[in-house]
Parts: sequence; C-alpha cells; structure tokens
Amino acid sequence: MAMAQGTPENGVANGHSHHHVAFWRDERKRGLAAQLVVILAILAFGWYLIANLLANQERLGIPLGLDFLENVAGFQLSFAVLPVTLESPIGRLLVVGGLNTLVAAFFSAIIATFVGLLIGIMRLSHNWLISRIAATYIEIIRNIPLLLQLVFWYGGVLVTLPRPRDSLSAFDLVYLNIKGLFMPRPVPEPGAGIVLIAFVAAIGIAIGVARWARQRQMATGQQFATVPVNFAIVIGLPTFAYLLLGRPIAWDVPQPGAFNFTGGVTILPEMTALIIGLGLSTAAYVAEIVRSGINSVSHGQTEAALALGLKPRWCMRLVILPQALRVMIPPMISQYLNVVKNSTLAGFIGYPDLFSIIGTSQNQTGRAVECVMILMLFYLSVSLIISVIMNWYNKRVMLVER
Amino acid sequence: MTDTTNQGFAPGTRPDLPPPVSESGVIGWLRHNLFSSWWDTLLTLGAIYLIYLIVPPFVTWAFLDATWNFVPEVLSGEKSPQISDCTSGGACWIFVRARFGQFFYGFYPDAERWRVNIVLILLVASIYGLLAERVKNKQPIAWFFFLIFPILAFVLLYGGFGLEVVPTQQWGGFMLTLIISGIGIVFSLPIGILLALGRRSQLPVVHLLCTLFIEFARGVPLITILFMANVMLPLFLPPGVEFNILVRILIGVTLFASAYMAEVIRGGLQALPKGQYEGAMAMGLGYWQMMRLIIMPQALRVAIPSIVNNFISLAQDTTLVAIVGLYDFLNIVRAGSRDSNWIGTEIEGYVFCGVVYWAFCFAMSRYSMHLERKLHTGHKR
Repeated sequence: MAMAQGTPENGVANGHSHHHVAFWRDERKRGLAAQLVVILAILAFGWYLIANLLANQERLGIPLGLDFLENVAGFQLSFAVLPVTLESPIGRLLVVGGLNTLVAAFFSAIIATFVGLLIGIMRLSHNWLISRIAATYIEIIRNIPLLLQLVFWYGGVLVTLPRPRDSLSAFDLVYLNIKGLFMPRPVPEPGAGIVLIAFVAAIGIAIGVARWARQRQMATGQQFATVPVNFAIVIGLPTFAYLLLGRPIAWDVPQPGAFNFTGGVTILPEMTALIIGLGLSTAAYVAEIVRSGINSVSHGQTEAALALGLKPRWCMRLVILPQALRVMIPPMISQYLNVVKNSTLAGFIGYPDLFSIIGTSQNQTGRAVECVMILMLFYLSVSLIISVIMNWYNKRVMLVER
Repeated sequence: MTDTTNQGFAPGTRPDLPPPVSESGVIGWLRHNLFSSWWDTLLTLGAIYLIYLIVPPFVTWAFLDATWNFVPEVLSGEKSPQISDCTSGGACWIFVRARFGQFFYGFYPDAERWRVNIVLILLVASIYGLLAERVKNKQPIAWFFFLIFPILAFVLLYGGFGLEVVPTQQWGGFMLTLIISGIGIVFSLPIGILLALGRRSQLPVVHLLCTLFIEFARGVPLITILFMANVMLPLFLPPGVEFNILVRILIGVTLFASAYMAEVIRGGLQALPKGQYEGAMAMGLGYWQMMRLIIMPQALRVAIPSIVNNFISLAQDTTLVAIVGLYDFLNIVRAGSRDSNWIGTEIEGYVFCGVVYWAFCFAMSRYSMHLERKLHTGHKR
C-alpha cells in the first residue's frame, strides 16, 4: 500500500505515465479489479440464495406470486378505515392496513408536533420550575423504550377507565370509557354540500386576502389585520351558510345502550393508546429539536432585533423562528419518518396496522417472501414520499430565508 | 458601575453595601426564576399545581401504601405468593420480588445461574476498566474484552467443555436484553465503519452498494427486518439447514444498527477538514493506513456522542424481539403479569421495567454528555 505513494489517490493522471507500473500497483486498475470481484461475488451469492429459495418453495409446495391477494382472508379487523367483511380478499385488507397505519401515524404526528412545540418552548422558559418539568418529561420519555410506553398506556392506564355504565362524559356529547372514546358524528342532509363549498371558498378567500395584504404591505408599508379578518371569514362564511340553509347537518350523538354506546364515532382504546403513546413519545424528541433549533440562532440576532425596536413577540416571529426553522426541518423530517416506522408497534396492543395484518396473512398463506416484499415496499415508499414533501418544504423555507 | 457619579463619598471611601435582599440569595433567586412577572407567577403556580396532582398520589401508591413483604404463610412455604396477598391498596411489589429471578435470568435453570453471574461480573469489570479514567493501561483490557471475553461468555452461557448445555430457548429476561444489545453494539460499530467508508468510497460499485444498503435499512422499521429474519431468511438457506432464531435475530439487529452507525460515522468523517486527508496522503500513507492512523481516530472522536445515542436506541429497540417470541426483559415482565396468580399487576411490572431501562439509558446518556464536554465537540455558545 505504501508503495503506491507515487500515484494520485483518484488515479486521474495521464494514462501513458502508468505503462511501466505493474497493474496491482495502479490505483485505478486495482479499484476496477476490486469492484469486478465485488460484483461477481454478489451475483454468485444472489444466485445461490435464489436457487435455495426456489428449491425450498418447490419442496414446501408454495408457489411464488401475488395471486394470494385475491384469496378470502377470513379474519376480522377491530378497526378499519374502509368497510371490510370476513369475505374480503387479503389484498383489500392490506390496503385497509396501510390506511390504518397512515391514519394512526397522521394523528400521532399532529400530537407530537404540538406537544413537542409546547414542551420545547417550556424547556426554554425563564421560569425554572416550568423548564425543569419539561426537562423531566424529556428525560423520562427518551430513556424508556417506546414499546414499554405503549403497553403501559394500553394495559396500564386505559384499563383503569370506568365501565360503560359509569362513563366519563362531557356535556352528554362525548363519552369516555374502557370500550373507547365516543363522539358525535355529523350526518349530512341535503344542502350540506353547500356548507362544505362555503368552507372551501372561505379558505380560498382567506388565502387571497393574505396575499393581497402582503403585496400591499410590500408596496406601501401599510399593515392589515390579516389574522382576525381571515379567522372571521373561515368561521363566519360556513356558519352563515349553515344557518341560512336551515341547519342541513344533523349530529348523531352516542346513546347509552344496554352494554355500550350506540351511534356516533367510536375511537377504540387500541387506537387511543397508540396515538397517545406514539404522539407523546415523539413529542419529547420534537421538543429537543425545537430547543436546539431556537438555541442555534445566535443571541446577537435577538439583541439586534430588540435594538431595532421590535417587540419580543415580533422578534420571535420575524427574526428567530425563520432562522430556527431552517435548522429544525431536517431532524423533523426524520421524526415524522420515525412516527410512521414506529407505528408498526401497533400490533403489540391490538391495533390492526399493516404490519400486524401482514403477519396474520403470512401465517395463513405461508407466502413469506411476498409479504415481506409488500411490507418493505410500503415503508420505503412512505419514507420516500415524506422525505420528498418535507425536502420541498425545506427548500421553500431556505429560499424565504436567503 | 451606574452609581459612580452623584455619590457623597470620596473615591475609595464608599462603604461596600451588600446587594439588596430582593436581588440576592434565595429571595433573589425566587424573584428572578419563579416570580419575575405576573405571568411568570401564574406559570409557577400552575406548575406547582401540576406537580401536586402527579407526585403525591404516585409516592403514596409506590411507597407509602405499597406492599413490600411476603405474608408469613409464603415465608414458611405453606403457599405461593399471589396478588391477593397485597391488601394495602398501593403497589404490589411482592410481584416483582417473587418473579425477580425470572425477570433477570429468564428460564435459565436455577442451578446454572452462577454462570450468568460470572459473565456479568466480567462484563461490568471490563467495561469499568475500559471507561474509567484512572485505569491507564487499557490495551490488555481491550484485547481481553474484544477477543477472549466473547468466547468465554458464549461457553459459559451456552455450555460445552463439561458445562451443561442451556439451549437459547431458555435464555430470557434482562440477561437476554443485555446479550442482544451487547452483541448489537459490539458488531454494529466495525460494520458501520466499513459501510461509512464504503459510502464515501470513490469506487462507484462499492459506493452504490453501501448507499443502497444504508438507505434500505434506515427506510424500513426494525420490526419488519426482524419479521424478515424470522419468516423469510429460512427460505433462502439450503434445504435442511436450520438456523437458531436468536442468531437470526442478532444478525437482523446488528445489520439494522450498523446502518445507523454508518450514518453517524459518516457525519464524523465529513466534519474533518480536507487537509487531514491531504496531509496523510502527502505523508505517503496508503488508504487503510491513512484511515487507521489519521482519519478514524479523529472522526470517531467527533462521532462518539452520537454513537452512544445510537447505543441507547439500540438497547431500547431490543424490546421488539418479542415479536418473534423471544422473552426479553419487557416481554417476560408482561408475561409475568398475565399469570393467573398475578392478574392486575401490569402497572407494577411496567413501572419496574421502566425504572430499570431508565436507569441504564439515563446513565449512558449522561456518559455521552460527559464525553461531549470532555472532547469539546459541541458548538459552544
């Protein structure tokens, strides 16, 4: 190795200066040879594995292929985003499983973001007690395995909820008991679509107002009270439509039955435990990201902003946060990815996510290779999509910044 | 500084007044840190109320009202302990006491547990020797720990050479958690280094392969890799070849962890200025010499805090091996609280398990912070 000292590392010297060097001393040729060996070794190993696989599949009498997705699954799900029956094919169950995973991950991510933001800001508070509470929360959560937290919420906390007869209730509209969380469900009647259209239109108008206010401020320096006006538009327009059309949305309120509540929307305890556990756990990591992001903005920025006469609130919004966000986004991307990946723990507490449905299907059909492939493909593509979206957002924030 | 003017004292004769009581000592600290404004006061009171809601009930449950001791009938051997012995209304710690051996050793035979103890003592002693600053000559300890200890531990735990064989199906509890995380830690570091070097390699094939592997392993959840090791790996082996499930899981965990390790080490490598590479090359060092003598010592030093953090998450991730039916620490505690004698002890089990995990992971994270301070790799403000 030490003899190769005359050759530049990347071997881009002129070809004719090498003709007297033995090929094993030529960095470039040696690299080519090594890569060739690696490729051949991998091809041979892959061929060996596939030959074994084919032999084993033939011996066990299991064909390869995706035809089993059309077989009747024959098992029931405790929660499904789309309706499924015992006769549904496995393929449909897998689609439902994927959606179940995404739904749980979505709500967990929302909880994680807001709680994490809150805890992160608490951690930075000048109030010693508040800051210590946030630090304790972070240190407890981060040093205990997520699975332990989930089974604790599910098997330790949620089972102590009262039975349906003694449900906790809020205004006789929302009920909480050991069988789940029961909430009123909106039932659309004729005319409900117009309320929805009014809502969408209100959001459109609000975006327009915000854009106009921004342009006017850029041009003239005059400010416009965008937030209260837009708030009034988004709340007011649909409410106006709702009242004008004679209340076209009815509410299906859960009613106490003999054993349990009927009607309304039910959120099962499995789902509650998963969303709470995953959300609160990720929140601790988000809090650390928020803290380090805000800390990474040099203190001189704060001092300069205050010296320019900005009030502390505006200093945070206009000076600190835009710069902190730039630092926070890449680690936030990996936290959102983690939420999706960690939602695979749902199976341990009985929530039917994609992983647990695949596990059951594999058990029933014996199609290990196909099941693992579907699983990997799903998580890899979700990871890819989230990274693409967040990187796009990241670029936008960077452009605003510079 | 502000009161140098407008004073009735000649320079140097002004008596040194103590700072006002409201600005120093306990009162000053309270005023600055807890009651600096009406909003701050409100926050403080809210926080105190929150603590009041959580801490006293927990202390009552876990300590004051808890049952710590077996009833006399159990001690005299007339009956086995059970949940109904706990009548005090608080935590039922006799569940943990009664099951402690199983939580720690799994289903390892009672008569052979001394072997686990010896391994544990050797492990703790060599880790102390490797990490303690007052031990100066670490080289023989490192040789022992990385070469002799693994073989010795395997022989002691598994058996052979005159010792009774204890099949891996009987391993479990905290011991299994330590084994899986220990092997994952020890093997993921060198594999991670190789992967990181491969990803930065100028050879396109090596770069592509390493990048693909790292991105794949980081893109899927660990549990799917365990699932793959459990159901798919056997299909790729020649017919008739059986592979121990624990070994398969160890391979999965190690490969998964080494992908994360590779990214952390790559970060360390990128933090090095290019001059280090150029200097090493100018000295006439070959690639491996340069890496071993110049680059890696510096890159690893930068990456140490993140490496320790990876170790922590690896130790926590070992709980997932329950999915393939291994009884690690958490899984055996869960199984214990489902025993018909102990129905309703789930919270006690989880709290115990959580405290043990917390103590280990917290110690590791404190150690990593200590290293970070020692090595000055953080960005000081």
